[in-house]
Amino acid sequence: MKRTLFRNQFLPWFLLAPQLAVTAVFFLWPAGQAVWQSFLRQDAFGFSVTFVALENYAALYADPFYRNSLQVTLVFALLVTTLSLGVALVLAVAVDRMLRSAPAYTTLIVWPYAVAPAIAGILWWFMFNPTIGILAYVLKQWGYNWNHQLNAGNAMTLVVIAAAWKQVSYNFLFFVAGLQSIPASLREAAAIDGAGPVKRFFTITLPLLAPTTFFLMVVNVVYAMFDTFPVIDATTEGGPVQATTILVYKVYMDGFVGLNLGSSAAQSVVLMGIVIFLTVMQFRYVERRVNY
Amino acid sequence: MAAIEIDSVVKTYPGGVAAVKGVSVTIEDGAFAVLVGPSGCGKSTILRMVAGLEQITAGEVRIGGRRVNELDPADRDIAMVFQNYALYPHMSVRENLSYGLRNRGVPRDEITRRVAATADILQIGALLDRKPRALSGGQRQRVAMGRAIVREPKAFLFDEPLSNLDAKLRVQMRAEIRLLQRRLGTTAIYVTHDQQEAMTMADTLIVLNAGRIEQVGAPLDVYRRPETTFVAAFIGSPPMNLLAAQAAGGRVLLGGAEVARAEGLADGPVTLGVRPEDLVPGTGAFDLTVDYVEELGAGRLVHGRHAGQEMVVAVPAGLDLGERLALAAARDRLHLFDHGSGRRLGG
Amino acid sequence: MVENRPFLDFLAHLVLIIGVALVAFPVWIAFVASTHEPTRFISGLIPLLPGDNLVESYRTMLSAGISTSGAPPVAGMLWNSLIMAVLIATGKIAISLLSAFAIVYFRFPLRQLAFWCIFITLMLPVEVRILPTFEVVANLGMLNSYAGLTVPLIASATATFLFRQVFLTIPDELTEAARIDGAGPLKFFRDILIPLSRTNIAALFVILFIYGWNQYLWPLLITTDDGYYTIVAGIKRMAEAAESDPKWNYIMATAIMAMLPPVLVVLAMQRLFVKGLVETEK
Repeated sequence: MKRTLFRNQFLPWFLLAPQLAVTAVFFLWPAGQAVWQSFLRQDAFGFSVTFVALENYAALYADPFYRNSLQVTLVFALLVTTLSLGVALVLAVAVDRMLRSAPAYTTLIVWPYAVAPAIAGILWWFMFNPTIGILAYVLKQWGYNWNHQLNAGNAMTLVVIAAAWKQVSYNFLFFVAGLQSIPASLREAAAIDGAGPVKRFFTITLPLLAPTTFFLMVVNVVYAMFDTFPVIDATTEGGPVQATTILVYKVYMDGFVGLNLGSSAAQSVVLMGIVIFLTVMQFRYVERRVNY
Repeated sequence: MAAIEIDSVVKTYPGGVAAVKGVSVTIEDGAFAVLVGPSGCGKSTILRMVAGLEQITAGEVRIGGRRVNELDPADRDIAMVFQNYALYPHMSVRENLSYGLRNRGVPRDEITRRVAATADILQIGALLDRKPRALSGGQRQRVAMGRAIVREPKAFLFDEPLSNLDAKLRVQMRAEIRLLQRRLGTTAIYVTHDQQEAMTMADTLIVLNAGRIEQVGAPLDVYRRPETTFVAAFIGSPPMNLLAAQAAGGRVLLGGAEVARAEGLADGPVTLGVRPEDLVPGTGAFDLTVDYVEELGAGRLVHGRHAGQEMVVAVPAGLDLGERLALAAARDRLHLFDHGSGRRLGG
Repeated sequence: MVENRPFLDFLAHLVLIIGVALVAFPVWIAFVASTHEPTRFISGLIPLLPGDNLVESYRTMLSAGISTSGAPPVAGMLWNSLIMAVLIATGKIAISLLSAFAIVYFRFPLRQLAFWCIFITLMLPVEVRILPTFEVVANLGMLNSYAGLTVPLIASATATFLFRQVFLTIPDELTEAARIDGAGPLKFFRDILIPLSRTNIAALFVILFIYGWNQYLWPLLITTDDGYYTIVAGIKRMAEAAESDPKWNYIMATAIMAMLPPVLVVLAMQRLFVKGLVETEK
């Protein structure tokens, strides 16, 4: 809280005006529209609109495709989070041992953060391309016929790897920061108490990294659920047979492609609920961190 | 150049906390007034109300006879030196000095002239192109002073400006500030919690406690004739001994023995004050049981008890100390205070 | 390190080298593919070492594109991406600086409500309000324009919070000194706050530039005129074309060019980038 304030009454509104205007026009109004439309049903040509209360939500609940999409999202988010956190942690722990070479390794690991998810998707899609992809070729040598256009498991693997690849750098940076904030004296004390490197990692380092890990889990789930749209769209387009249709992709497909506005709006509202939940989680974490 | 009048000023914070509870004092044109008191006594709040950084809840502040309550700080023609200096970190010393002048539309050659003159006075000419972070604590302090001087204001306001300096530099800067202020003849209000700093610097000492003025006066007068037990205990180091005594029939009794006469004093408990340095070895009213001795080199501080009450006495270095010490004090060096209100009684 | 274990050091180096290789491998393959002739891919096995067609691939894509599959020249798309990234980053920083200043240095009625309005944008990513937002932009006639590409993405709670934090750490005495020096709110903002926040501004700019450059869904939706295509969204259209006529060297050259600018920004300004990344998550 500031002790010194300016007394002008109009100036703050003038200063806030651009931000509030953009927020109102492009955030609040569309969000309100989504909520409103989720209670309506529109015929395919937009001639008639009827108020149907919660019917759109009920339809979602009954829709096997929607349930499938929920499940796909869950699996996808879980796999992306686990894979990218796991790889990042291993790399961070390795870098933490380094003294002189740490900055060089860090540089070589962080740059994929700057690669757009869509491009990440394209890169892996190319490597797994059944006809010319190098990984598909290697797999074929081992007797496995890779085809993500037909095989649901292959498709899921592809999007998970592409999405996780890009996120490793981000997690890595936060893990390195987390490791550096663990006082060396703690590990030294544990060493004097007779704990070897492996035991120290599991009894000292990992528990003290818990706040970082929790924070990253939330961030990664948010990333997997909302920011990976381009990965899906640039590679599998949700297929085969909706095997990689995550929730945000379904909102887009049902709304933009299928023109089922009521259902798409209801899906949007459900997603908003999820984002709000995750944001609250994230902020509770921040509060906890302040208390440390 | 202007007198500053603080007239029945009250500050109450929105939460209902009263920081200043009706303070009136006039600081004469050209005087160096020091507001001194323990933390939370309201001294900084008073200074900030004079500066215009805090709203005045009630009462009036006049600078040069003009009411300034409603004026912005910039329009009061005052300059302030902050405890942490508040130098603009991204500006060079020169820019720090000239920023206030530029904002006031002072012509450029006038700014150049004034900055040069100020740098000359403070001997910071060589530092003008440095950033604050490249300066030592003492140099920053000078630049902060310079920022005040260069404005040629009606009054300087100092908010504990020396408390971030080490002890040696602090003593040196006290003298410099005083010399400078005398030379410029600018009215100054100086806030500190350090009674020694207050004593050595002030023309007028204003002792505050819990949002009220305890005493105003020249430093030596305040020292010699404290108006309350608070002032008696706050000004002077080590502080005045304050002992519980009895008044009976015009005599003041300490542990049954007469230490002073006080004609017309009502019978009952009183507080007797005597400074450690006013007690001299010799047969007298005080008989000290020595607990321990602080060796100061030039002298000694003897901690002990008289009639069960703790006392401190300053004695010369060579004195032979036994387990007991007989002490006397001149009658005019004894102070009597009301037991309840703590106010001074009689002469 | 607590004790000296050469084996663990060796293991750590090994892990890191494998990690670096894994991270770089897809990009290497893409780069290699971009340097070969299109005919090289028909055989079915792609090479692991660069070919000699680099200049041709990149020059063709930069200046001509693949007209048969509706892919405009990459130079134009790069330009659009640059404009979009710079406008988004500058715009977000500008309006966030202003609103953080208002929230920190003023007390006014409904301040709390304004704060919440900004906060709530955190909870409404484009992806969840895509259809109604598209309608708004369409109704405002902002399809196929730089304004449509940038303005709807410009509100930023993250940046506002970051600057709020920065402003809160600026000592009160500095504001008071400025007031005594005769600086009003706007002068204080310009002369003191902005200069004192400049490293934070630079760090945030790096992050937001990447954010803006990498936008995908939004430009894909609101640009139908290929004069406004951005490169990240454009690559999808190109890849679609590849299904029938796989000119892999061109696609991969485009992918490399699409990732190069933001990657270079990260590499050149790594310290600012890390600072920005950590700060925006506070």
